[in-house]
Formats: sequence, structure tokens, C-alpha cells
Amino acid sequence: MEEKIVLKVENLDVKLEGEEILKDLSFEVREGEVLTILGPNGAGKTILLKTLLGILPYKGKIEWKPGIKIGYVPQRLPFIKEIPMSVKEFFDLKNVSEKESEDILKSIGLGKDILEKKIGDLSSGQFQRILVGWALAKNPQVLLFDEPMTGIDIGGQESVYQLLEKLRKEKNLTILLVTHDLSIIYKLATNCLCLNKKVLCHGTPKELTTERLSQLYGGKIKFYEHKHD
Amino acid sequence: MINQFILSLISGIFIGGVAGYLGSLMLTKRMALVGDALGHVALPGMGLALLFGLDVSFGAFLFLLFGIFLIWLFEIKTSLPMEALVGIVFVASLAIGFLIVPEPELLEALFGDISKVSFEMTLISVIFSILIFLMITRIYPKMILANISEDLAKSEGIKIKKENFIYLLSIAAIVALGVKIVGSLLVGALVIIPAATARNLSKNLKEYSLGSAVLGILSCLFGSLLFKITGLPAGPLIILFSTLFFLISLIFKR
Repeated sequence: MEEKIVLKVENLDVKLEGEEILKDLSFEVREGEVLTILGPNGAGKTILLKTLLGILPYKGKIEWKPGIKIGYVPQRLPFIKEIPMSVKEFFDLKNVSEKESEDILKSIGLGKDILEKKIGDLSSGQFQRILVGWALAKNPQVLLFDEPMTGIDIGGQESVYQLLEKLRKEKNLTILLVTHDLSIIYKLATNCLCLNKKVLCHGTPKELTTERLSQLYGGKIKFYEHKHD
Repeated sequence: MINQFILSLISGIFIGGVAGYLGSLMLTKRMALVGDALGHVALPGMGLALLFGLDVSFGAFLFLLFGIFLIWLFEIKTSLPMEALVGIVFVASLAIGFLIVPEPELLEALFGDISKVSFEMTLISVIFSILIFLMITRIYPKMILANISEDLAKSEGIKIKKENFIYLLSIAAIVALGVKIVGSLLVGALVIIPAATARNLSKNLKEYSLGSAVLGILSCLFGSLLFKITGLPAGPLIILFSTLFFLISLIFKR
């Protein structure tokens, strides 16, 4: 495998309960890349992440750089708030040492005192940061994020993106990000992959034209690039 | 000769404590009523054990394994939801059990009887309780992570099927022991009420899991003591103490 490539996917097919979810996917991800995966509901974005994690059966080839560590942030954790658990205990589930959890908290911009707090009492923004922190434990080189901003207010979203960008620079992370949020692609992504059962486009955000998007989302979406200076 | 009441008390405290502890895991898995259903599944086994002069827990355990196997088999054969299958197996068991259990022992099988446990059975109960406790402690963090998110657990390399198997085995074992204390009708309560109470009171996992165990122990302790004083059946008394703690916890709910 070429040195800078961390992930190589070739002719990936995923079938679940007889239904074809992903068909003939081929793409590569390079070190330090932020790849956003976008597509309409039911396009197979979450399934793709899970397949890349190795928790779903597939046909074809998924080749990670040997020895690479992956952190994963799932889409929703609806049951976690029903379980009485402190942040520290949540980190304990991954055998994170106290020293490491303190370092992680620092890098995600939270104080040490949050360790004793109950997960159910956190704000959605704090909880999202904790999930990012959890994924960062044990120093992964790659992060897989599934719709990281679902249910977070706009202000919170902004700061989580800033956090991702900061972490990417600090730790030289490669990030694969599933999102509906098109504005993210222009702010954060180095590359994007349009997905609807198969790959419809793969390139830099600049190549993501309105035409491509309407093809992807079925002609109902208009998007104008915002210029921030 | 050790006092009969002390033996009953020791059995109750060990089984009640571990039942509460396991219940804390079942509640996070949203399987609160599984203990109830399995209590009924145990009934025919208890009946057969009584007929052949064996310990009820022994018969109960064999039937629980059989019941779990049936549910698993039905689940493969049909697309019906798990709860429907559990429902079918448990009412069928109840019906069979009612026919099998000899009439004089029916009340004992349904509501438990701790007044005549032998020294050997007490020893066996204590040993099994400790073994089950150790087993649950080993799978506890993995099961909690799997209950939060199976994907997250799998991505951490946890073998969910294997952990689930150990978990189900633990439930079968604790229900089999529990029917001796509170009977097949009430064993579900022995497992789940302490956990529900502890959840109301705790702010972290440690308080929750240990709290469930302690509440299970206290319910069995007070229930047995009141049984000693009043002569009323211990099973219902234990469950009523458990319920009383739950009601009190509502006042102090965090």
C-alpha cells in the first residue's frame, strides 16, 4: 500500500437481510484527510462507517494501514442517559487511565470536575464533547464520526467543529465524517464522497457543484456557498 | 446443629444480594420483566424436583435452560418479537407447572419457603451465589457498554454473543436459586425492584450496582426477620420490604 494512504476500499458490496445497501464502492483516504460522506437518508452512510469498522459483513476489499487505531463516535446513544453513570465511569469502560482522561478533557476543552458528573446531567454540547473524547482515548490515528451534530444547538455545533479542526491539527488525525450539513463540507472537509448506494462523486469540496448535489438529493436542494472572511 | 433460621437467613442474604446485583444489569438492558417470565418457566422443573424429592433449584435450573433454548429456537423459526415468544413459553410453563406440582407443595413453589433449607443446600446456595457474582462482575462493564451501544461495544472488540450467553446463564442460575426464597411468582421482583430503587438513588454506576446488591440483601434480611416474628410466609414479606424501599426512594429521588 502506498505510504500516505490509510484506507483503501475496493469493490465494496454490503447486503443486509437480502437488501443491497452499498454497491461497488471504491475509494481511498489519505493521511490527514477530512473526508465527509454525504447523501440522503437511507443512502447507506452509517452502514458504510460500521462496515469500515469491521462490525458488519461485506464483500470486496477494505484495507486499513496496518496497525492503525480507529476511534468511533456513533450517531445516537439513546439509552446512555437511562444508566446512572459518571463521566469517569464512562471512560473506565474503555480502561482509560486517570492521567489520560485528564489530558483528553483538556484537549476537548472541559474541566476535570466533569469526571464526577452524571452523564444524564450533561448538556448536549458537553455530552458530544465527551463522546469525542471517548473516541480519542487510546490515541487513534483515525476518527469515524456519524452525524456528530444531531441534536446540538447551532452554537454548540460551531464549537464542536472548531474542536475537530483543532484536534485534527494537533494530533494529525484522519477524519471520516458522515453529515447532512453541507456548510461543514466547505469549512472542514478536504474531500467529500457523495453516496447513494454507490459512489456518485468523490473529490474536493470545490468540485461539489449544485448539479451534483441535486443529482444526489433528487433535485430538491439548492445550496449556496457562504463566504466567511 | 446450626439454627435453622440462621441457615435460611444466610441463603436469603446471599441469593438476594446477587439477585439485586444482576437486576441492575437487567434494568439497563430494559429486560425488567424477563426475571418474571423465567420464574414461571421454572415452575414445571420445581414440580418435577418436588415429585422426585430433589432440590427445587436443581429442577428449576434445568427447565430454565430448556425454556431459554426454546425461546432461542422459536426466534430462529419465526419473525415474532422476542417478548411474544417469551410470553408463549412462560404461560405454557405455568400451565404445565400447575398440573405437575403436587398440590400440598403448590403454595411453596409459587411463593417460596425458606424455613426448611438444609445445611448442604445453604452451602451450595452460598457457593453458587459467589460464583454468579464473580461471573457478573467480569461481564458487567462489557454489558454496560453493549447496552449503551452494541456498535460501540463491537468496535471495542467485545464479543457480544459470548457475553450475552454468560449473562443469560447467570439469570437462569439466579432465578433457579431465587425461586427457593420467594417462589416462582415473586422471583422477578427479587431481581428487579432493588435495581429500580437503586437507580432512583444513585448518581453513578458504582452506587447503582452496589446499591442494588445491598437493597437485595436488606430486603431478604428484614423479610426473614419479620417472618421469624410473625410466622407469615417469608417470600411475600421480602418482596414487600423491597417495595417499601422503592417507595421511600421516590422521596429521595435524584
